[in-house]
Amino acid sequence: MLEKAIYGGRRYWVWIFFLLGLISVGFLAYLYQFKNGLGVTGMSRDVSWGLYIGQFTFLVGVAASGVMVVLPYYLHDYKKFGRLTILGEFLAIAAVIMCMLFIFVDLGQPLRVLNVILHPTLNSVMFYDMLVLSGYLFLNLLIGWTVLGAERKEVAPPKWVKPLIILSIAWAPSIHTVTAFLYAGIPGRHFWLTAILAARFLASAFAGGPALLIILALIVRKYTKFDPGKEAIQSLGKIVTYCMLINVFFLGLELFTAFYSQIPGHMHSFIYLYAGLHGHNQLVPIMWVSSILAVISIGLLVFPQIRKNESLLAVACVATFFSLWIDKGFGLVIGGFVPNPFEKITEYWPTLPEALITLAVWAIGFLILTILYKIAISIKEEVVFDKYGEKQIKAE
Amino acid sequence: MSVNRRDFLKIVSMSTILSIGGVASVSSLKNQVEASQISTSPAALTAKRWAMVVDMSKFKSEQDYQKCIDACHLVHNVPHITDNPKHEVKWIWTETYEHAFLGNEDVYRAEKFQHMPFLMLCNHCENPPCVRVCPTQATFKRKSDGIVMMDMHRCIGCRFCMAGCPYGARSFNYKNPRPFIDESKENPEFPTRMKGVVEKCTLCYERLAKGLQPACVEVSNGALIFGDIEDPNSAVRKVLSERFTIRRRPELGTGPSVYYII
Repeated sequence: MLEKAIYGGRRYWVWIFFLLGLISVGFLAYLYQFKNGLGVTGMSRDVSWGLYIGQFTFLVGVAASGVMVVLPYYLHDYKKFGRLTILGEFLAIAAVIMCMLFIFVDLGQPLRVLNVILHPTLNSVMFYDMLVLSGYLFLNLLIGWTVLGAERKEVAPPKWVKPLIILSIAWAPSIHTVTAFLYAGIPGRHFWLTAILAARFLASAFAGGPALLIILALIVRKYTKFDPGKEAIQSLGKIVTYCMLINVFFLGLELFTAFYSQIPGHMHSFIYLYAGLHGHNQLVPIMWVSSILAVISIGLLVFPQIRKNESLLAVACVATFFSLWIDKGFGLVIGGFVPNPFEKITEYWPTLPEALITLAVWAIGFLILTILYKIAISIKEEVVFDKYGEKQIKAE
Repeated sequence: MSVNRRDFLKIVSMSTILSIGGVASVSSLKNQVEASQISTSPAALTAKRWAMVVDMSKFKSEQDYQKCIDACHLVHNVPHITDNPKHEVKWIWTETYEHAFLGNEDVYRAEKFQHMPFLMLCNHCENPPCVRVCPTQATFKRKSDGIVMMDMHRCIGCRFCMAGCPYGARSFNYKNPRPFIDESKENPEFPTRMKGVVEKCTLCYERLAKGLQPACVEVSNGALIFGDIEDPNSAVRKVLSERFTIRRRPELGTGPSVYYII
């Protein structure tokens, strides 16, 4: 099926070479980091994780969110998601690979990465995170490829995939729960030491991931003959709406506990992020951008009349995605380190090499996503060829 | 040259036997080497669990602190990074009371206590969170005496331990530390580090093995009291039974082994 990826129009190749260009620049930046050490980033003794780990955390959520289309389709027989499942699974594959790359570029001694396997450490959450992420990658590759291959031959997928699909549905929340446990079990970091962190992670993942999937589905419909289905997109829109509301509710719970209890340690990170602490306020503008985007997205999403307009839905999804990207891909990690264990403040902002490397990892993700989507869509175009997908849905 | 099947099988089976034997003999040799490396000298200082008491009343001047810091940093080739404070590496340093003992703030406390500098170092916790989170056991608690050790050759530089430590005791080599070590004062007996690994105080395990007190203790003129906390007759236990002492953030359940007398 891979051969489908090497036939494409001019636009396809321009996009591919644009991504390859970003990857090359980022690769040079990585060589620079590899030679000089992580000192070329904005990280410090006090803020020892930064953009890389933030992106990793955010993308685990995107990967897990594939379950939001797979679950209704396979467990509730919601046929309308039939055309989205492969897009969800392939998005998960690209996201997990980006996660692994973000961990890799964050390592001080990347050549020793296999020590995690050579010296398996059962008390470290990082060990379990490696297990669940590679397991999830494997499941999605196997399921996505097999189901798509069967579809290409216009036969039913083999029976053995079904149990694996059920397993992958259970597996998806586990990857994000384990990722939350990286943070939520650390004593002395008040911002992370909260039982609701995993739940908040899942809520934000199930809002941000499907929001991205809606944007991708709209792009796919615009530029190819394959239509993931109007109703499927609307159903996903409902999922984004509910999960975004739950996410904001969970954030509100955090704020209540911190500010009603008035325990300084619980309040300080929030004050630093949203108002600035002791004159340090570098992150305040972007945290407010995130909050304003969240308000805009909810304002658009909660009204069905607005949500049903696909252009406005797209705006709402872009707002949701970037709001959560700032909140989780940046604020969450930095907020945990500020103030430091001595109640002193060291600020963090990514450097140019760090930004270029981050961009390159995203470009690798999008390259993988483009190739996988190209294969899937070429096959879908051959098998189902109707603009609004009604034929296939009725036939089922 | 042509090899028939019979000869080929002979060669394969012989080389298999030889290589298995080779691996076995090399690994037994390796065990012997490792055993000789960890065999302790009879002069070595040993304990069930090492602990330290910092007697603040004995620190009179800036020099008293600096002496301890310099002794440690020199003997362990700790780089002196001045160009960027974000990349600072330190094993032992000072923080004022208000920053060292969070949650004990009191604006009416006498000024001299509020801003009194306290010596900070790894607490060699009884239940260390850094060891719990490390994915490679590059940081581990030594069973024999409770020292929280660092294997800088195994560390992958993920910095999970730095997030895990509630005491800010760990430093990461954000760049190659060697140019920041004064060559004229370098201690050839202690390894220097490379970029990309985490380091911290290891309670001078290498000096204890030779029967020497930790470097900071040696130069402290009795301000730092060091001993076995599980031995009721040790120097630390005597001080702990007589004087009022505090520890940093004991409420976290880490069981810090560094005590302070104010």
